[in-house]
Amino acid sequence: MSDLANQFLFLPERASTFAERVDFLHYFVVGTTMVMSAGVGLAALFMFFRYRRRESHQHTEYVVPDLKTEFLFVSVPLVFFLAWFAIGFRDFTWYTTPPKDSMDVYVMGKQWMWKFSYPEGPNGVNVLHVPANRPVRLLITSRDVIHSFYVPSFRIKMDALPGRYTQAWFEATKPGTYQVLCTEYCGLSHSKMLAEVVVLSPEDYENWLKEQQRGRLQDRQDALADTSLVPPVARMAEQGQKLVGTQGCLKCHSVDGSKHIGPTFLGLYERNEKLEDGQNIRVDEAYITQSMMDPGAHIVAGYQNVMPTYQGKLQGPESAAIVEYIKTLRTANVRETASEGPAYDPIQ
Amino acid sequence: MTPSSSIAAPGAAVPGHEAHDDHGHHPSYLTDGTTVKSWLLTVDHKRIGIMYMAWILLFFLVGGIFALLIRIELLTPGPTIMDAMTYNRVFTLHGVVMIFLFMIPAIPGIFGNFMLPLMLGAKDVAFPRLNLLSLYVYLAGAGFALWGMLNGGLDTGWTFYTPYSAHTTTTVAPVLFGAFIIGFSSILTGMNFIVTTHTMRAPGITWFKMPLMVWALYATSCIQVLATPVIGLLLLLVTAENLFSLGMFDVARGGDPVLFQHLFWFYSHPAVYIMVLPAFGVMSEVVSAFSRKNIFGYRAVAYSSVGIAFVGFFAWGHHMFVSGQSTFNAGVFGVLSMLVGVFTAIKVFNWVGTVYKGAVEFSTPFAYFCGFLFFTVFGGMTGIAVATVSLDVPWHDTYFVVAHFHFIMVGATIMAFLAALHYWFPKMFGKMYHEGWGLVSAALIILGFNATFIPQFLVGNAGMPRRYYEYPERFQALNVASTAGASLLAFGFIIIAIYLTYALIYGKRVDNPWNSKGYEWLTMSPPPTHNFIGPQPTYPEEPHFYVDPKKAQGEVSDV
Repeated sequence: MSDLANQFLFLPERASTFAERVDFLHYFVVGTTMVMSAGVGLAALFMFFRYRRRESHQHTEYVVPDLKTEFLFVSVPLVFFLAWFAIGFRDFTWYTTPPKDSMDVYVMGKQWMWKFSYPEGPNGVNVLHVPANRPVRLLITSRDVIHSFYVPSFRIKMDALPGRYTQAWFEATKPGTYQVLCTEYCGLSHSKMLAEVVVLSPEDYENWLKEQQRGRLQDRQDALADTSLVPPVARMAEQGQKLVGTQGCLKCHSVDGSKHIGPTFLGLYERNEKLEDGQNIRVDEAYITQSMMDPGAHIVAGYQNVMPTYQGKLQGPESAAIVEYIKTLRTANVRETASEGPAYDPIQ
Repeated sequence: MTPSSSIAAPGAAVPGHEAHDDHGHHPSYLTDGTTVKSWLLTVDHKRIGIMYMAWILLFFLVGGIFALLIRIELLTPGPTIMDAMTYNRVFTLHGVVMIFLFMIPAIPGIFGNFMLPLMLGAKDVAFPRLNLLSLYVYLAGAGFALWGMLNGGLDTGWTFYTPYSAHTTTTVAPVLFGAFIIGFSSILTGMNFIVTTHTMRAPGITWFKMPLMVWALYATSCIQVLATPVIGLLLLLVTAENLFSLGMFDVARGGDPVLFQHLFWFYSHPAVYIMVLPAFGVMSEVVSAFSRKNIFGYRAVAYSSVGIAFVGFFAWGHHMFVSGQSTFNAGVFGVLSMLVGVFTAIKVFNWVGTVYKGAVEFSTPFAYFCGFLFFTVFGGMTGIAVATVSLDVPWHDTYFVVAHFHFIMVGATIMAFLAALHYWFPKMFGKMYHEGWGLVSAALIILGFNATFIPQFLVGNAGMPRRYYEYPERFQALNVASTAGASLLAFGFIIIAIYLTYALIYGKRVDNPWNSKGYEWLTMSPPPTHNFIGPQPTYPEEPHFYVDPKKAQGEVSDV
């Protein structure tokens, strides 16, 4: 039944849990739209015929609707529209809230390719391998202009913005190969910025992962181009550990919980930080990245706005590697209270 | 409003109406001075409207030719007639020309200028010289933009999204500056219309006796005056960013690329209503005239114009559901977008209601009304569909959206534009065109439009992104169908150009071929220079009052 509907509407194969939700609402909206348009159209056609002009100077009655009619005109569409909105927003909230146990993959768009890197090590260009029936969270960024990551069969899409991570997640339902397209115009080869998602069965995925970690790099095309940034076999977290040293992060941030000029990295990930302006923020990938690129945006209470920006100094994979490193520095007791402030007043 | 029967029908009370056998003594605005200077320096709103028409039709031709080039290129999956860079420039040019030079000024510039004072019983707009200035400002902007497009040409798409537009090596600055100048024209015209509506209404024309076209133009003008400055400033910022690397939208310097989108859509979403509200106004006039009926729910239609203008300002974020904005924002913008749909639904129901117990004459403008009804309902409903947050995730930036906005923005507006052209052609030129050819071309255009854009809804469903120079093979069949539709559409327009030009020269002289009781028909066709001859007209009845005066008492019936 729904396969027939999909064929009729030219919808691509449905291959994720989100696609099932979206398609249901799609049928409902399109169906109601058709019925209502047909209703209005047929009523109009009937009246064109029924009230056709019989003489050129014909007089007509003065007809005005009473309040009840106008109320009907307003309330019927409003009820339908709000119902769609309610279902749509519920699904959207579901779509924007990845499950806790999802597996992370970093995605970086650049003119004109997609790069994927896994916290466990392998990375690749234009081919994303994921296991079926497991939630996958994509942490998406861009190196140059705005791109948009779109997998029609999964019905998911998210813009890739320079200097910022956005996220999208999906749970693929069946193994296969699905096309990835860029939907935000990004210049000359916008339409050639294609990639694919290869969904493997969980066992195949484990095997694939092992092969990758053995160093038998099978990725296509120019995966080697960026080995300077993230060696294919290294774990991102290890890369990040090196980077925090070479980039000078440790001059101000400690990794053992001790006080310093900036907040400690220990237990930073998923901590609730109280900000200078009184708001609270939950530290996630987006916040850490923003703090690297635009340190003054959200200052943790008790600290000074002294950090320089790392925009342009860190490449996309490097900032992702640092985020991965910080993620490993978790403690059992994540501090929920306000920050205690730095160890000493920073030199002005 | 209860019509009174104690006063004679409006036509009889207007001196100008009797004067139409009197052409020898009172030249029409067309013959009152025939030198080039008398046209170029005129302050007559009607001549300014005609000059707008000449230019706007030229730009429509340019935008249309580029539309056809795009469709031909997309006939095959790979390169067909041009390279990728040329294609990117062509679709940008198509968008910029059609939006800024055609859709936004078309109905207000031509028919608003011509009809607004006539519909208000005024001799001219409030600031006639400002009116002429706005035409020249528009042309200056158009010149700038076109010069930029011919010398280098930009490839950003008409949305000029940063950071791409700040980095591209193509010539962005002159085009953006041209659009900035055109914005001034838009603001000046809007101001002029607002002041005219407030201060120049003839005695007897109260707010709720104004033709619905005036209501629509009034609401449009309010949007123009309020929103256009925002895009003006934004375009300057992008120009500066492109030329001097300011860093406003550059993350590396603490800027924000998404800030551009907020500011851009804060104007460009209401701009959609700048395009369709005048179309709604035209259609209210047309459906009333050709059903010989008062508008079913006059106040509801009038208020809904104002409602759309108001809510239209709070819906811009629905262009950015997948741009990383918060889930909460998406919800707020989603629900506010639904309200626009409700206001539009009120209008649609009241237009259909107007036909009820009417006397329908199925002539060319009414044929366009039928097409309009379909495009508005279908375009509007697909608009609600894409405003539904979760559905927008797969649809965003695909051909589904392209088809949707062409249906509502272009389909509805073109229908209204052509309806207005055919309905008011006799008013503007005092000549009549061939009705048969009118109906044939209307059928061709409505058919062609559907054939062009219905496949695009489907190819969008299938996942084809917009602004694609090449596409995977599986999208080809639908693209071929779309291109075939576009050629049908072009053919329809060629026929119109031929028979209207013919009618302009050889057409039969007419005064009010529709026996319409819209206010603008109370003077002769074409109107004399100061619109009315003799003393100030009076307006005892509302416009489109087709009730038998003898039976008017107690004739009001509710539904």
